[in-house]
Amino acid sequence: MIVAERKPMEEILQMIAPYKKVLLAGCGTCVAICWTGGEKEVGILSSQLRLARGKEGDKTNTVEATVERQCEKEMVEELRDKVEGVEAVLSLACGAGIQTMAEVFEDKPVFPAVNTTFLGSPEGEGVWLENCGACGDCFLDRTGGICPMVRCAKGILNGPCGGTRKGGKCEIDPDKDCGWVLIYRRLEKQGRLDLMRKYYPPKNFRAVKRPGKMKAIKA
Amino acid sequence: MARDFRETLKTKDFVVTAEAAPTKGSSVERSLEHIELLKDKVDALNVTDNQSSVMRYPSVGICLLIKEHGGEAVLQVTCRDRNRLAIQADLLFAWSRGVRNVLCLTGDSIDVGDHKEAKPVFDLESVQLIHLVHTLNSGKDMTGNELTGGTDFCIGTSATPSADPIEPQLVKVQKKLEAGVDFIQTQAVYDLDELKRFVEFVRKHDQKVKVLLGIVPVIGAKMAQYMNENVPGIFVPQYIIDELAQAPKGTGINKGIEIAARLIRKAKEDKLCDGAHIMFIGKEERVPEILEAAGLL
Amino acid sequence: MNGEIIAFCCEHSAYAAADAAGKQGLHYPEKLRVIRVPCAGRVDIIHMLKALEEGAAAVLVLGCEDGLCQHLTGNVRAKERVKYSGMLLTEVGIDGGRVGMFNLAANAPHKFIKIIKEMNERIKKQGR
Repeated sequence: MIVAERKPMEEILQMIAPYKKVLLAGCGTCVAICWTGGEKEVGILSSQLRLARGKEGDKTNTVEATVERQCEKEMVEELRDKVEGVEAVLSLACGAGIQTMAEVFEDKPVFPAVNTTFLGSPEGEGVWLENCGACGDCFLDRTGGICPMVRCAKGILNGPCGGTRKGGKCEIDPDKDCGWVLIYRRLEKQGRLDLMRKYYPPKNFRAVKRPGKMKAIKA
Repeated sequence: MARDFRETLKTKDFVVTAEAAPTKGSSVERSLEHIELLKDKVDALNVTDNQSSVMRYPSVGICLLIKEHGGEAVLQVTCRDRNRLAIQADLLFAWSRGVRNVLCLTGDSIDVGDHKEAKPVFDLESVQLIHLVHTLNSGKDMTGNELTGGTDFCIGTSATPSADPIEPQLVKVQKKLEAGVDFIQTQAVYDLDELKRFVEFVRKHDQKVKVLLGIVPVIGAKMAQYMNENVPGIFVPQYIIDELAQAPKGTGINKGIEIAARLIRKAKEDKLCDGAHIMFIGKEERVPEILEAAGLL
Repeated sequence: MNGEIIAFCCEHSAYAAADAAGKQGLHYPEKLRVIRVPCAGRVDIIHMLKALEEGAAAVLVLGCEDGLCQHLTGNVRAKERVKYSGMLLTEVGIDGGRVGMFNLAANAPHKFIKIIKEMNERIKKQGR
C-alpha cells in the first residue's frame, strides 16, 4: 500500500498563502488507511487551516471533498464543480492522486499536502514499514520473501554489509532490523540457506525505465 | 618501500599495513607528512575512500602521491558514491598510473557522513566489486567488451569477525572467498579467540588468502564504551575497558597503543593470522610507536 | 459560542457533578456551556477543533476517574485525543492548553468548579 505523511504545517500554509478559497481533496484508499489523507483527515486539516488563518483575521474559505481513488480521472472529474469554485486545490492524496488532480484541472494550482514516502504494510496498528522497492525485477523468490532493495538500507544483493549492529539491527538505524539478517533467519527456517550462499550479479536497475509505463490487457 | 604488495603477501611471514585518510581539501600537505612517515615502515598504505561518508580528497589521488614518493599503495574503493561505469573507469585510471592493489568495500551509509542529503549509489556491493575487478583483470569490462589494456590488480576486501549475529556475515565472507581475494583486512578485533575462529573459517574455504588483523587503538574507557554502543561490528571486551579505565589521566592514548601492540605481538607469536592492518585515523603520526612496541620495526 | 468554555461532560460522572454544582448553588463563570455526552470517548478531535473555530475560548472534556470508565477505555481514548488536538492547535500557533481533559467522579461538584475556574483563568491571561 502507498504510505504518505502530512507535510509540515509551515510548508502547507506557505503553499496556499496567496489563495483565499481552497479545496482540500482527500482520497479514500491508501492515504485514508494510513490516516493521512482520508475524509477525516481532510476535515481536521481544513479546521486547522481555518483556525490558523482566522487568527490573522483572515476569512478563509475551505471546501472539503474526498473521492474513492484520486488517481482515477473519472472519479476526480466528479469534483469539477467544486474545483471551479475555488482558487487552488490542496490534495491529501499520494503523488499519483495529486498529479491526476493537476492534470484533470490543468488551469488550477494543485498543491501537495502530503509527502508520499513508500510502499509498505502495517507492522502493527498505525505503524507502517516499507517492504517493496518497485524495482521491476522482483527478487523475493531468492530471499525467502524479504525484499533486499528496501528492507536492506543499502539495497544490496549479496548481504549483509559489514555494519550490522549487535543483535542483527541495521547500521543506519538501530530501530530497524538488518534486512539480510532477516533473510538469513527466514531461509534458515525453511532449510534453504543455499539460496543465500549463491552469488547474485549486479542488479538490472533499468528494469523499469522512469517514467514507468505498462499496457495492461484485460482477460 | 616500493615492494610489490602481491609479492610481499606471498613471501613475508607477517605483513603490516596502515591506513591513511585523505584530508578535506585540495591540499595534500598532511597526507604527504603521513606518507613520508610511514611508507618505509609498512608493507603498504591503504588510502580510504570518502571514509565514514565524509567528503575528502580522493583515494586515487593519495595513492598516486604514495607511488610518487616510493611507497606501495592500496586503493580503497567503496560502492556508495559511484556506479559501475565510474568504478570501472576509475580502476582503469588507477592501474594506468601505477596503482596495483585494490580493497573492495560496500561502503558506509550516507547518514553517518557530512553530506546527509546525498543520493546513495550502491549500484554494486563488495562481492560484485570483487568479481568486477577480476573481469577487468581478464581484459574485459562488465558487459564483455574487450579492453584496450586491462589490469592485474591484487584484490583485497574487509570482513567483520565481531559481527553479531556472525552467521550471515560468514555467508558473505564465503562469497568473497569464492569470488577470489588475495587478502582480507578485518575490522577491529580485540578478542584473539574470535580472530582464531574467524581464520579457521576462512581456511576451510581458502588456504591461500592472507588475513590481516584489523587494529584500531582504543584510547580511553569512554571511547571503548562509545564504540561498543555506536560503531557497528566492533566489540571491545570488558577487560580492555577496565585496563583503560585504570590508566592514569592523560595516558589513555599510550595505554591504547600498548594494548594494540600487545594484540599484534600475540597474533604474530601464535601465528593466528598473516599480518596486521593498523587504523589510527587522525593520529597517523603515532603509528610508528605501535609498530615499535609490537616489534615490527 | 462567543468566548465560551465548552465542557463535554460524561453523563456518568462530570455531568452529574455539574448538575450537583448547580443544585448546590456553587458559583461558576458565566461563559460556560455544558454538553452532555454518554462517554468522554464520544468526543472526537473534529468536535474540539470546530468548537474553537466557532468561537469557543476553550474546550474541556470531562470523564470518569482512571479505571472507572463505564465503557472501559472511553476516558483513555479521550485523553489521547485531547492531547493530539492540543498538538494540532500548537501547529497553527494556538495555545494547545485551550483543550484539556480531566477526570472526576459524579459526587465531585467542587472539583468540577475548580476545573472550570482554572481554565477560565488561563483564557483570561491570554485574552479571550
